[in-house]
Order: sequence, then C-alpha cells, then structure tokens
Amino acid sequence: MIEAKDINFYYGDFHALKDINIKMDINTVTAFIGPSGCGKSTFLRLFNRMNDLIDKTRITGECIVQGENIYDKSIQVDQLRKKVGMVFQKPNPFPKSIFENVAYGLRVNDMGDKKIIAERVEESLIAAALWDEVKDKLKKSAFELSGGQQQRLCIARALAVSPSILLMDEPASSLDPISTSKIEELIHNLKKDYTIVIVTHNMQQAARISDMTGFFMMGELVEFSETKKMFLNPEKKETQNYITGRFG
Amino acid sequence: MNKKLSQRIAFMIFRILGLMVVGILFWILGFIVYNGIGVISWEFIFSAPTNGMTSGGIFPAIVGTLCLVVGSMIFAFPLGIMSAIYTNEYAGNSWVVRFIRIMTNNLASIPSIVFGLFGMALFVNTLGFGDSILAGSLTLGLLVLPLVIRTTEEALKAVPNSYRTGSLALGATKLQTIRKVVLPAAFPNITTGLILSIGRVSGETAPILFTAAAYFLPKLPSGIFDQVMALPYHLYVIVTSGTDIEASRPMAYGTALVLIFIVLLMNILAMFIRRFFNKKLKTN
Repeated sequence: MIEAKDINFYYGDFHALKDINIKMDINTVTAFIGPSGCGKSTFLRLFNRMNDLIDKTRITGECIVQGENIYDKSIQVDQLRKKVGMVFQKPNPFPKSIFENVAYGLRVNDMGDKKIIAERVEESLIAAALWDEVKDKLKKSAFELSGGQQQRLCIARALAVSPSILLMDEPASSLDPISTSKIEELIHNLKKDYTIVIVTHNMQQAARISDMTGFFMMGELVEFSETKKMFLNPEKKETQNYITGRFG
Repeated sequence: MNKKLSQRIAFMIFRILGLMVVGILFWILGFIVYNGIGVISWEFIFSAPTNGMTSGGIFPAIVGTLCLVVGSMIFAFPLGIMSAIYTNEYAGNSWVVRFIRIMTNNLASIPSIVFGLFGMALFVNTLGFGDSILAGSLTLGLLVLPLVIRTTEEALKAVPNSYRTGSLALGATKLQTIRKVVLPAAFPNITTGLILSIGRVSGETAPILFTAAAYFLPKLPSGIFDQVMALPYHLYVIVTSGTDIEASRPMAYGTALVLIFIVLLMNILAMFIRRFFNKKLKTN
C-alpha cells in the first residue's frame, strides 16, 4: 500500500502541493488528472524521490511505501528507486543496444550473472509486450525502434529490476493512437503484478485504464474516488467542470 | 535599392568573407608546403641535425615533441575530466562552482610565457626535476587544463538529462550513472577536446622554453628526467639563433611542415575515433 500523509511540497517559495492525503491499494491502477501545473506530476515524483534532483525543494509530511516513510533519513534512495520504478513522459532509452537497455538496471543493482540477466531481459521484454518485435535484433541500437516501441522498452527496463510499484508520468502523451492503445493494454495486464500510479492529461485514458482517480487542481487533491464514480457522478463542482470540459 | 538586390549583395559579401578564411588557411599551408617540401626525406625525418643544424634532420625534435604531448596529456586529461565531472555533475550551481569556472577561465587567459616561468620556478627548481620531459609536460599540462575542462564540460552538458534521470530511476547511484551512461555518451565529444589540446600542446614554445627544451641535443631521451629538443622550439632556434641562419632556412620550413603535418594527422585521427565511437555508442 502507498500512503501520503499531510504532504506539503515547495519549489523555493512556490507552494506546489497542499495538505495531500491519499491511500492507494496494491495491484490497482490509480490515475491522477488535472490541468497543467496542478501538481500531479510533482506528486507522482515524490514516491521515488525524483524531486530530490531539483534544487531548492522542500517537503513536509510523510510518504509511506510498504510501511516505511520514504523520506526518513535511514532510507537508501537507490534501493527505494529499485522498488518504485518509473516511466517518463518522453521515451528515454539509453544510447545502448536493446538488450543492454533492459539489462542496465540489473547490472547496476548487481542482480545476477550473465545467464540470469539474459533470462530476466527476455521475461521483461515479454511482460512489456515487446519481445516478438525485437527478439531478432537485441544487439541493435534502441534508437532504431519507433517511439511506441521505445516507450515499451522503457517499461521493460523498469520491470527488469522487479519493482512492486510503477509510476508513469504521461507515458503515452508523445505517442500515436495505436501505440497509445498498446500501452494502455499493457498497463491493464501489468495490474495483476504491479501497483500502478499514472499521471495523464487524457481523461478518456484515465477512465479506460484506472480503478481509482484523483483530481488535482492548484496543488490540491480536490477529489479522490473510484474512477466510475468520479466520471459519472463527481462529488465536487470543480471536478464536474473539469471532466465535462468547462475548464482546463 | 530593392530587397532582392540588397539580399543578394549581403550574401555575396558573407560568402566572400567565408571563403577568405579558407583562402588564408590554404595560403599558409601552401606557403609552408611550397618552401618546405624540398627538404623532406626519410633522412630529414629520421636523423639528427648535423653541421650546426644546417643539414641532417629533426628526428630528436619529433620524438621530443611526442614525449611532451603524451606526458602533458597523461597529466592534464584525468585531472581535467575529473574536475569537469565535479563541476558539471556533482556541484550543482553553487558559488563554489561559479568560482571554479571563473578561475578556470582566468587560467586560460594567462600568457603561455608566464606558465613557462611558473613551471621553471616550481617544477624545475623547487621540485628539482631540472630541465626535463617531466617538468615540460607538467607545465604544458597546466596550460591546457582549462581547455580540457571546458571541452569536457561542454561534452557533459550535451548529454540529455533524460539519460541521467532514466538511470537514477532504475536505482543506479550517481557514480554508476556517470560511469555507465553519461561518460560513454559524452566520450566522442571529450575525444574532440583531447585532440584540440594535443594540437595546442604540440605547437607551444614558450612553456617549454625554460622547462624542457634543449637548443641542440642530437641524442634521444632515455627517461622522463632528460631534456629534449622539440619541434616549435627547434624552429625558433634555427630561424633566430642558429649557427648559420640563411643556410638553415629550408630546414626551418621543413620543420614547420612536419609540425603542421603532425597536428593535422592528429585531427584526422580524432575525427575517425569520434566517428567510430559515435557508431559504437548507438549499438552497444
């Protein structure tokens, strides 16, 4: 389970997240929607501490992943990021071969010998629904793949280190409709093994793939409920306005 | 004047000026080749100067220059790359980094003769290395350090940040990220920096004047504490203070030709290395 307790987050003087409280169950897909700059991506990046890389940021409150407050001093950030994988908005494969891209996380985390790595790479590519397309060209550059394939490669890369949680920051926003539907299908299949948190600009996408949806506006979590309820019968007026397209 | 005509005239001027740069380069090259090609022979390249440097060859000077280039690179490269990694990857944008950058730029603007003087005081006298390959290499190393740092920084900046975040998000440490993703991606451009510095070092005279270069030393060095002849200094000597300046003029052009050829060769080599690694990077 993932939980945020009284989270406040600041970029310098800018108060980006205000008193966020939320609980997400394992093996569910949670989607965050909201207008640009509402803080949904910032909130997502809290859970693998990617915001640490940005200068002059400050956080108060607790982020609990599998029973531990990940902002506790005793937490090793690289170990946390192994547990909480991330897929970025734009596909960002390394300038390495397809095989080496997926093997990278295994190598840096010392996860087994050559044989184990080869097995794990294959499993991950299968899980990311990419294996059939690349099995004959594993030694080729990752840059030779299409954008959609590159994004699935990045998903395979994240899966390889066996995370339990997968954070996705608008993973399909730079892809064409066919690639997008493949990614959505993939997310649906990954749900049984992973807890997925996804940020999306696309409300239909949130409605299609998620179990729970959170609506962010101006740094606040306005509403968080079951996706069905959120889209059919939202509690708050702001949510209603946003999802019916009257604002945002 | 109508727009079209003024546009035409402007482009014509730009083109002429652009071509002029190429023209000047070829003029210099042509001048050196024309005057120097006559003395180039196996004997010129592979034998020592004879008859008060009016005949014979320049082999000791070629070997000396190569020693100094290699020596200065061994010193300047690891140091320069590591400090560039520090300022670009680790230190953020603190006042320390800004201070280091300003100082690096200042170091780059110090006249090379001052480096020579400093090298003499520190390496030759205080540390007691004497006039030697070691002292000359260290002095030349200091001279190119800013160049190495700056080109390496540029190379590191050119690596997309998404590679770094992608690597960190997989649980890699910062050091692993730098070693396995950032440096390999920056490598071709870092190589360019290496070549630029080699070109700079092999042509410098002032820094080795008091630290390494010998006026006339027809034998090859046997260790890093030996003095050596070097191409640019040899050129200076036979043009200004040889035993018979007129008689050694063709030798001077020959020496200049060899010096230019070495630098050119290294540039071409660098280009190939860069292409090779760029290709390898994409598939490895």
